[in-house]
Amino acid sequence: MGISYKHQIIVVGAGLAGLRAALEAKAAGLDVAVISRVQPVRSHSIAAQGGINAALGNAEGGRDDNWEKHTFDTVKGSDYLADQDAVEIMTKEAPGIVYEMEHWGCPFSRTAEGLIAQRPFGGAEFPRTCYASDITGHALLHTMYERSVKEEIKVYEEYLLLSIVKNADSCAGVIALNIKNGEIEAFEADAVIMATGGCGRIYNKSTNALINTGSGMAAVYLTAGVPLKDLEFVQFHPTSLYGTNILITEGARGEGGYLYNCKGERFVKELAPRDIVARSIQTEINEGRGYDNAYVLLDLRHLGKKKIIERLPGIRDICIHFAGIDPIDAPIPIQPGQHYSMGGIDTDAKGATSRPGLYAAGECACVSVHGGNRLGGNSLLDTIVFGKLSGRFASEYVKTKKKSGQGQALSLHLQEIKSKIHRLENSTGKEKPTDVRNQLKETLTENAGIFREKSKLQKGLAKVKELKERYKNIHIQNKNKKFNLDLVRNLELEGKLELAEVIVAGALNREESRGSHFRTDFPERNDEKWLKHTIASFVNGTVKIGYKPVTITQFKPQARTY
Amino acid sequence: MVTFKIARFDSDKDKEPRFQTYEVPDEKEMSVLEALFYIVENLDGSLAFRYSCRGAVCGSCAMRINGQNRLACQTLIKKLGSTTITISPLPHLPVQKDLMVDMESFFAKYEKIKPYLINNDPIPDKEFKQSFKERAEIDEMINCILCGNCYSACTMAATNSDYLGPAALTKAYRFYADSRDTAKAERLRIIDGEDGAFRCHTLFNCAEVCPKNIVPTYSIQKLKGAACFK
Ligand SMILES: Cc1cc2nc3c(=O)[nH]c(=O)nc-3n(C[C@H](O)[C@H](O)[C@H](O)COP(=O)(O)OP(=O)(O)OC[C@H]3O[C@@H](n4cnc5c(N)ncnc54)[C@H](O)[C@@H]3O)c2cc1C
Ligand code: SF4
Ligand code: FES
Repeated sequence: MGISYKHQIIVVGAGLAGLRAALEAKAAGLDVAVISRVQPVRSHSIAAQGGINAALGNAEGGRDDNWEKHTFDTVKGSDYLADQDAVEIMTKEAPGIVYEMEHWGCPFSRTAEGLIAQRPFGGAEFPRTCYASDITGHALLHTMYERSVKEEIKVYEEYLLLSIVKNADSCAGVIALNIKNGEIEAFEADAVIMATGGCGRIYNKSTNALINTGSGMAAVYLTAGVPLKDLEFVQFHPTSLYGTNILITEGARGEGGYLYNCKGERFVKELAPRDIVARSIQTEINEGRGYDNAYVLLDLRHLGKKKIIERLPGIRDICIHFAGIDPIDAPIPIQPGQHYSMGGIDTDAKGATSRPGLYAAGECACVSVHGGNRLGGNSLLDTIVFGKLSGRFASEYVKTKKKSGQGQALSLHLQEIKSKIHRLENSTGKEKPTDVRNQLKETLTENAGIFREKSKLQKGLAKVKELKERYKNIHIQNKNKKFNLDLVRNLELEGKLELAEVIVAGALNREESRGSHFRTDFPERNDEKWLKHTIASFVNGTVKIGYKPVTITQFKPQARTY
Repeated sequence: MVTFKIARFDSDKDKEPRFQTYEVPDEKEMSVLEALFYIVENLDGSLAFRYSCRGAVCGSCAMRINGQNRLACQTLIKKLGSTTITISPLPHLPVQKDLMVDMESFFAKYEKIKPYLINNDPIPDKEFKQSFKERAEIDEMINCILCGNCYSACTMAATNSDYLGPAALTKAYRFYADSRDTAKAERLRIIDGEDGAFRCHTLFNCAEVCPKNIVPTYSIQKLKGAACFK
């Protein structure tokens, strides 16, 4: 039972972070390959709408912008939980990587002088968000993919990562399911870079792609002995389309859109940071000032037809196709939805985890540059900057690494995983996966959502533990080898359950309110006790929580007011 | 209830596709993709199809729905105005399983046209400048999500396996028309000839099925013009 493939570096994930990491490793002269659950342009980065932050100073009113101001806005936005040294790296790199994407062909929108256009976004002092109308993620991911075609980056498509294989003090490679034929295959590598994106689909109202199940984070947590950081910090986007929860970009408010409750009142400063706007909207809904106890309205009509068509054509399309509404003529029904995971695989500012040879970048990682709340436009930036840096540092690591017998560890582990899958496929349990999956999503939204409190979190934790038990008796209907969605989705469910436990346990412990984590029973931030990162490790089948300090360089924590 | 007639095919077992029928409760604003998930979760876990974004941006879920190539996620059942919905994989592409087709030839042609910006000038410190007008020329083409709807609907691509097809040619024009691209002559060489732009007989099948309202024929006609006068 051998090893299927061998490369110096394996990148898992073909979104912006993964492709950028692979390009960097390739440029460093290494043999690198990417494995991905989907064809690269099907990755969730494609869905980003609003833009990417960099202090270029191109916009009228943004000329005095610089990386220091970008750093301050990011740190303040994070509610001081971000590591300031890492934020500085990101904001200094920002203009360079945006120009590089432009040189590679990214079709950014333009200013009258022909420069990259920038728009205002929440929590930023200047119009700093570079955009390509409202399809910035699409423009960036296609450009990154085009570059990877040019550089002949090898991508193994439709593989689901199952496990990281360890050696004594390094990483031996990964085991993945070949979705096309059902084979379990081993990839040997000197270093592995994780770039598997977010885990939004643990919640039932999410703006995320259906494939954002967190399976990469879960594999690291469960099999690599590497902890997750700050996973209780979950961003709820204020404006997702009522019904499907497809995102309506913050750019819509950036361009001047208003929010109205059912009394026709504007109830919040539209461009305050996301956590604040999301809570205001949810409060309106909870207190009966929404519509159908479910949504409020985002009105773009006063922007006029021309501006809507020019700046927000994708949003208009979404409203027409998915809600039967043209925002030129009618306001858009919106509600908050899970949007982004500030937490993730614990890394340093080089993308390195505590296991030598294992790196992570993008939404699956937590450096941390977003702390308790991410500013809009900073995530695309994070994916490319830390994608690049993790690619660079992983390459350096590989070049100096002593070779060790990786093959053996892989073969052994391959057998283990094969038996595990075999057991799962042949389980005679009676539990329906759909029930477990749906109850998990409901529990998280209900008990670990926008507003949290002790009793609810306790209830949520008990429920997650119950569901973890029930998962052991799961029944898989489909026994086919080829494209077995049933199997894929149930493997993902296992990871979701574990991540859910980490989120709820971290939220229950953290008796304060900071950024997106809002405890109605502890409504204030408490720096004395809680200015620290949550570090969650998998020990004896459950989560063990510890903490580590936040790096503060320039900005002492202050009250966060807007 | 809505009746779904879905083409099933597994190359290991079946010689030909067969249709299987499922009854799905008709919920308000349900998309075809959601109905497929309903089937997998409640009726038949063996059904295979591709999905990712569920928001018409990733291009995964192209399939033939009631006789037309569409995105399953973008197609609301209500809008089809029928109580029987027939779904089969995109035509003229090899079926891998059920509603999944092999997109290899589609991406091979995409790669053929050198789908990346080529600029051999010295790289500026900041951005390449581009005017509104220059950028507007590629506005439509950059929306392509590489779903394959147009390619599969194209009669010329179906009958000539070497034809680049509407999506690759649209991409070729997207770079040809980009004011920052300096490889115009090379691009015209690639799309010239009978397997390139000139194979297009302006049937507009492609434009009819594009979920992003792109008219590939426009790009192809522009390329033909440029190739004639080069
Ligand atoms: C609707 C929406 C709009 C957004 N808009 C903006 C915006 O305007 N600005 C901004 O800064 N941010 C925005 N964000 C956030 C940002 O888009 C994402 O955080 C970012 O794109 C994530 O990129 P990534 O490369 O980390 O992961 P992704 O792009 O999600 O890619 C993950 C990759 O990992 C692969 N993968 C996952 N699991 C596995 C596995 N188990 N095995 C193998 N492969 C696997 C997938 O196939 C995929 O290729 C938005 C997010 C959403 C939901
Ligand atoms: S041109 Fe339209 S139909 Fe063709 S691949 Fe692109 S998005 Fe799909
Ligand atoms: S699932 Fe992405 S286009 Fe339909």
